[in-house]
Amino acid sequence: MKVDLNTVKKMAHLARLEFDETGAEKIKNDMSQILDWVDQLNEVDTEGIEPLTTMSSEVNVLRADEVGEHLAHDKALSNAPQKDSDYFRVPKVLE
Amino acid sequence: MLSAKIKDKYELVVGLEVHAQLLTKSKMYATDSTEFGNMPNTQVSVLTLGHPGTLPKVNRRAVEFAIKMGLACNSTITRKNIFARKNYFYPDLPKGYQITQDKGPICVGGEVPVTLSDGSKRSIALTRIHMEEDAGKSMHLAGEVDTLVDFNRAGVPLIEIVSEPDIRSSEEAYAYLVEIKKLVKYLDICDGNMEEGSLRCDANISVMLKGAKEYGKKVEVKNMNSFRNVARAIEHEFERQVAMVEEGVEIISETRTFDAATGLTASMRTKEDLNDYRYFPEPDLSPVVVSEEWLESIKVAMPSLPRELHHKFVNEFGLPEYDAGVLTDSKEIARYFEKLCKKTKNYKAASNWMMGPVKSYLNELTLHIEDFPVTPEQLAALIALIDEGKVNFSVASQKIYPELLKNANKSPLQIAQELNLIQESDEGSLKPIVESVLAENEAKVAEYKSGKKGLMGMFMGQVMKKSQGKADPKVATKLLSEILDN
Repeated sequence: MKVDLNTVKKMAHLARLEFDETGAEKIKNDMSQILDWVDQLNEVDTEGIEPLTTMSSEVNVLRADEVGEHLAHDKALSNAPQKDSDYFRVPKVLE
Repeated sequence: MLSAKIKDKYELVVGLEVHAQLLTKSKMYATDSTEFGNMPNTQVSVLTLGHPGTLPKVNRRAVEFAIKMGLACNSTITRKNIFARKNYFYPDLPKGYQITQDKGPICVGGEVPVTLSDGSKRSIALTRIHMEEDAGKSMHLAGEVDTLVDFNRAGVPLIEIVSEPDIRSSEEAYAYLVEIKKLVKYLDICDGNMEEGSLRCDANISVMLKGAKEYGKKVEVKNMNSFRNVARAIEHEFERQVAMVEEGVEIISETRTFDAATGLTASMRTKEDLNDYRYFPEPDLSPVVVSEEWLESIKVAMPSLPRELHHKFVNEFGLPEYDAGVLTDSKEIARYFEKLCKKTKNYKAASNWMMGPVKSYLNELTLHIEDFPVTPEQLAALIALIDEGKVNFSVASQKIYPELLKNANKSPLQIAQELNLIQESDEGSLKPIVESVLAENEAKVAEYKSGKKGLMGMFMGQVMKKSQGKADPKVATKLLSEILDN
């Protein structure tokens, strides 16, 4: 399955990725190859077979509505590229 | 402003999406607390923050709450539920996807009956109700270069109630929202507080020529924080879209935001210009299967619904529609009234007491019925005092009731006795009073006999005064007419 440059650009936008023209060309080829490989699955006849949504055959893995341990506030913020004493800080989303 | 004649050519078409935050203790897929109003980023875990290698686990109670809402709306409950990832990048969504339901929502179809101000009734059809998680809260403060994000809300369980494009006026939209709020509060699954954001509403609005087969292009309006504002936004959009159609301008499907200050909507310019959520089944969650037993156990635990109580109050208690509406407005009032009606059979009197003296006391002190000092038993006893002719309504409501509010340990009869309020209904003891009143007013008696029948009220007043308000009006009237009309 051939992927065109527009699809690459769209995917890049949705994934918030940036690359230059040569990068785009490389990604385009990689994506095409990946899709070709996955495309082999289409050879299997899946008529009447229910879609598989999870690898486990378990159902109703539920938990009781109980509050557990929280992550300590400073720890929660420790990986943030930008933060203050209370909040995660991100580039302004709305003007 | 468009003329009524032009507007009359068009039909409004509205579908509402209501998000209700569920009243669980912990989040939808994580064990963080859902408590509102705490310090930012203190109710988070590695799961909520989207750290790698973490696995979600479904909160059983949240599923039950969603089913309850479905049962209350006569939806079909989906037996095998799978979850889906809705993928998008936004700073308030650390995982990069929201775990929601796409195909196979837990509740399919259903309806919400509404009553409009002219008394007419309609049912608004539902498309679906599905389970999902809330996002974090972003704050865009003036003068601040960054957006601040608090993840305490991220992962709080939500149900999204999606109506069909079945709503035809802003009044219907308002009535629908009132009904949804009433339902979630009766079911105890959401506190229904729109100002605090526990109930949120987006509206899909379009217009079409009356009788048209196809809907117009729909516009989604967000950011309405009260029922009134939803109605205002709908009214404004109707005007705006009709004007566009009339001028031949094409309506674009877009998301608009409502400004409560101006009552207008404006296009939302977001950086995300194309929405492609790339839904796919959530591989980290196994299906939730609702067995017959589980469903049955939820059914038997369902409280009475407002419409069931309304029906009972009208059909069993013989109350007017209006009374039933007021009494089922809140679950707590309805519950108190039901208890009251176990103690008295004078349902109309009970209803009058609830809508009159009880409500005005609660309103005056801004109390809830849970804090009302008088028990249903005492109120029933007070109603009985009137029914037995021991006191009249004005004495009961103006003298005994205020005492009862101050001193809830006493019985109404005790208070009536202490304050010497028991009505004189004994003819033997009332007769001398009636006779002395008439003797003191010979001239008026003569006037009465010559035809001035209106003087009866004056005689009654005198009898009441002399008996210190204790004369039973029925007996006194009877005695007066016996003497005067013979």
